[in-house]
Amino acid sequence: MSQHIKDDFSIVIAGQAGQGIQSVSHILTHVLKLEGYHVFATKEYMSRVRGGMNSTTIRVSSKKRDAYQSKVDLFVPLDPNAYEHSKKRFTDETMFLGFKKEDFCSDCIMEVDFINIAQAIGNRVFANAVAAGAILGLMGVAIEQPKEYLRQFFVKKGEDIIKKNQEALEKGHKMGEHFAFSHDVTCSFETDEDVKDDLFISGIDAVGFGALAGGVDFCSSYPMSPSTGLLTFLAQHGRECGVVVEQATDEIGAINMTLGASYAGARGIVTTAGGGFALMCEALSLSAMTETPITIHIAQRPGPATGLPTKTAQEDLDLVLHAGHGEFMRAIYAPGTPVEAYEITAHALDTADKYQIPTFVLIDQYFVDALYTIDKEEFKILPHKKHIVESDREYKRYALTDDGLSPRSVPGYGEGLVCVDSDEHDEYGRITEDVDGFRMQMMEKRLFKRKELLEKDALDPEIVGKKSANTLVVCWGSNRNVVDEAVENIDDKEVSVVHFVQVFPMNKKTKKMIKDTKKVVVVENNATGQFANLLQKECDRKIDKRILKWNGELYSVEELTEKIKDVL
Amino acid sequence: MVTASQQKEDFNVPPEVDNQWCPGCGNFPILQTLKKSLQDLDLRSQEITLVSGIGQAAKLPQYLKTNYFNGLHGRALPVATGIKAANPEQTVIVTSGDGDVYGEGGNHLIHTIRRNPNITVIVHDNMIYGLTKGQAAPTTQEGMVTPTQPEGVIDEPINPVALAISLDAPFVARANAGDPKETQEILKEAINHSGFSLVDIFQPCVVFNKVNTYQWFKEHTYYIGDEYDYDVSNRAEAFAKAVEEDKFPLGVIYAHDRRKTFEDAIGMYAVDKRPLYKREMNCSVRSALLASQK
Repeated sequence: MSQHIKDDFSIVIAGQAGQGIQSVSHILTHVLKLEGYHVFATKEYMSRVRGGMNSTTIRVSSKKRDAYQSKVDLFVPLDPNAYEHSKKRFTDETMFLGFKKEDFCSDCIMEVDFINIAQAIGNRVFANAVAAGAILGLMGVAIEQPKEYLRQFFVKKGEDIIKKNQEALEKGHKMGEHFAFSHDVTCSFETDEDVKDDLFISGIDAVGFGALAGGVDFCSSYPMSPSTGLLTFLAQHGRECGVVVEQATDEIGAINMTLGASYAGARGIVTTAGGGFALMCEALSLSAMTETPITIHIAQRPGPATGLPTKTAQEDLDLVLHAGHGEFMRAIYAPGTPVEAYEITAHALDTADKYQIPTFVLIDQYFVDALYTIDKEEFKILPHKKHIVESDREYKRYALTDDGLSPRSVPGYGEGLVCVDSDEHDEYGRITEDVDGFRMQMMEKRLFKRKELLEKDALDPEIVGKKSANTLVVCWGSNRNVVDEAVENIDDKEVSVVHFVQVFPMNKKTKKMIKDTKKVVVVENNATGQFANLLQKECDRKIDKRILKWNGELYSVEELTEKIKDVL
Repeated sequence: MVTASQQKEDFNVPPEVDNQWCPGCGNFPILQTLKKSLQDLDLRSQEITLVSGIGQAAKLPQYLKTNYFNGLHGRALPVATGIKAANPEQTVIVTSGDGDVYGEGGNHLIHTIRRNPNITVIVHDNMIYGLTKGQAAPTTQEGMVTPTQPEGVIDEPINPVALAISLDAPFVARANAGDPKETQEILKEAINHSGFSLVDIFQPCVVFNKVNTYQWFKEHTYYIGDEYDYDVSNRAEAFAKAVEEDKFPLGVIYAHDRRKTFEDAIGMYAVDKRPLYKREMNCSVRSALLASQK
């Protein structure tokens, strides 16, 4: 058989946790990016440190393709048991390179015992370089650049380690070339020079840079998968960037500490997952009552309770929408690409400050861990002003104004006093039980006037295709790219994509667009169609079709293409 | 030059503010004592932030002219930590009850002592729940009959002083609301002490606790006097003192300066002393970090 690799190539590396998937992927993705390929990677893993069966899918393309494909072009098993784990993704064209499995047959298979080769060089840890070299050899990538990359990668480990890794890479590379030659595999990829200088960044780091761009200077959070990456990111860069970062001892402490800092004039964010946020709900209500800004970043995973800690879901929209006792306003954002995550996180922090409300950035496990090549120019850090005023002697924290926003001061800034209360309060922030007066005025200010402001300021959804198409395929959050590609595959001018970067509240124009469309299909990762339900209520119409998935896995392009076709 | 703002504050709130405490409540002497302590320390209203949770004691900030954050039940300590970390220039004082700090907020108490922000925590310890009408508090003595413990309290009461010493809190004291002069000195010392300071103040609840009255507290306490050869910075000695429960010792039971405060440890204020709200966003550092990524 012969194979020709071009334009779009999916590599899957699979094995047990701790067998080196991350290292092989790291070398491979970075080298391919330097060669000018667009690279997108997504991993799936089990909730354990060692063992189990995990995989990373690396999609290499000449055109930017940031969505997960099910089909496997090259399968690289680091363990004989990996075949069983990934077999539903194999096609007739799949090539196999790596450990063999007794009863598995294919025309295009080459056994390479990465560990044996590595041990001959001196240590099994060099197996990662052997595997990366073999894949690069198969793809016809010249050896020089990858060798240089390894030199830089291992520079701190000394010359001996560099040399041995390079030797391992070369051994693997030769075997890959041999595989290509013996199985008549040719490769012609169009590369893009500009990709070399791109960022190669995970979804969660895009949120982190967005937080920095948005002027964050305080974060207290409690670790919980899959949200911990943001806490780690800010902890790593906090000192140099002027961010106070503290690991709290529970989520209740985390959010209350951040609210205290925000009251004192910091711009604060907390990061958590659904279960952790459940513990924060009381303090969410406190943020609303005291009008203390905060941004809550939630990386979703399947529930209920502990659920599937390392899998993906969009199950917490209902929770976020309704969380907190009492009635108040909030803004909820759901970025779907790293550039959106960057811009939206900055925007969410600023919106919280500007309107003195809680705001949410809702992402999910899949987006957290996915890796993207991004043009650096897309990430710009602009100064954000703090929406804080100096107080005078007559200062009232909750002064009643026409637009419902009371100028916010902080303790020590001016001659006034800043008094905030979780009880219903008067303009000074003192407890009141004046049910006909202050109660009504404060509710008007917090709820109705804020609603008006936030709806007016709501972000328009992104539309791919024409707005007036007969069918709108609606998505939110991380499904953006996969829905785009599926609809592109369907290639029907009467089918457009509408991606909500802000899911609540919506502006009038958006509601009208949804209401006036002939057919609306909503795609999401939950069992009940939480966003579809919200759209029905907000846009006063029935949602025609819901495409739902809630097993903890993400949609593949192929799967979604078929599912959308089925409902058209 | 003496300006108006440098004259001593009276910390009085306007007379129209409606005080929600019962006549004769032990909260009144604590309020007066705290006011005097703040005056003695020459603090201005603008320099102080009071933080409280929920309960009758937690209403104290309403009656003292300072900044305040009256938050959720049990959650005063993380809020106070956040305020201090964002603005170390503020004098941050928590004033709340035993149920709030030792019950609902018990976990925060433990970990705030570990974190050691330079804040003062004043706990109005009346050994009962007042606002919810007479149920047991974490400090209620065994055997007391209440509406929700009809057979008498079966849980061992918490010993907050021993707990704080076990966690090496830099300043731990116990006071009696019935002794304003002594309490005032203890409070001043607590506020001035660097790091986490706990002052547990015995106070009667005149409505719901008929056992632990002014008289009872008088009979069941004694002051660690000067004549006593007592090393206040010795943790083992302090702990031994703290677990005396037939007669409770009053005064500064443990005090040392061996721990770094949270604000100092986070390193944000080593070079630049300004609170966060006074700082411009450091775009150049953040942009440089982004530019260095590959």
